Amino acid sequence: MSGLGTIAEFVTAFLIVLGALFALVGSWGLVRLPTLMERLHGPTKATTLGVGAMLVGSMVFFRLENGEWSGQELLISLFLFITAPIAANMMAKVHLHRLRLSDEAISPGKAGVPPEPDGKAGWSTYDAPQPDTPVATSRK
Amino acid sequence: MRRIIPHPGLSVLLLLVWMLLQNSLSFGALVVGIVIGILVPIFTAPFWPGRPRIGYLHAFSYLALVIWDIVVANFEVAWIILLRRNRDLRPAWLVIPIGLDTPEAITVLAGTISLTPGTVTSDVSACGRFLLVHALDSADHEADIRKIKTRYEARLKKVFR
Repeated sequence: MSGLGTIAEFVTAFLIVLGALFALVGSWGLVRLPTLMERLHGPTKATTLGVGAMLVGSMVFFRLENGEWSGQELLISLFLFITAPIAANMMAKVHLHRLRLSDEAISPGKAGVPPEPDGKAGWSTYDAPQPDTPVATSRK
Repeated sequence: MRRIIPHPGLSVLLLLVWMLLQNSLSFGALVVGIVIGILVPIFTAPFWPGRPRIGYLHAFSYLALVIWDIVVANFEVAWIILLRRNRDLRPAWLVIPIGLDTPEAITVLAGTISLTPGTVTSDVSACGRFLLVHALDSADHEADIRKIKTRYEARLKKVFR
């Protein structure tokens, strides 16, 4: 075993263990945080770095161990980073709808019900978009 | 030139993603990547009318800042999950007024807020001027709103001109 091989093993092992720890903490957050909105923070977030660290570990391994560049891990993290906020947003929107239906089983938690935005319009989960929104005005 | 390559940034991005998908630097992959990079922006042009101009230098420094923040905030959230008791948690809804006026910029801001741990973008107002953000632990709501506005929104204004 050459010196480079040992360093590669240490670095890969460190990154994979770090990633696994973050994934574990994220899942633990899912179990122990009080209500849905707080639980959303655990898995969508701690996991981004968890998966990220594991992917960087994989890149380092293939570079130092096999001597070849591997870029597909970058793509995996890119796609994860694009899709994770949308998944979280969808769950939050469903939660907002259920809060408004005042389902007895749903607890708004310590944060309470969401406040109304200033101005005439409400939130777009409840209200139709208004004609002078940035989305509408971009189609000049 | 504008007619052949209507969106140079998108073309480069497509070429880069294609090369990463192929996972090789072969000449064949490069040629196919260039063809995709030229054809896709031409055929998808009707889907992005009135797109904003992007300052690429600012965009790269913004990307580096966000990645750094994701790493730091991950440790903070892990700390909260492991050590903070539920009754000491201070979850809150924040209403953030947006000073950006293109949907692309607002989407990037919302995505950034969701990706940096501790905050999730839940909704945008029907007038498109406010974001509803849920914070896992917010001691000072005004300070957190100000931090998002100065740290991310001010930089995004330079990225999307």
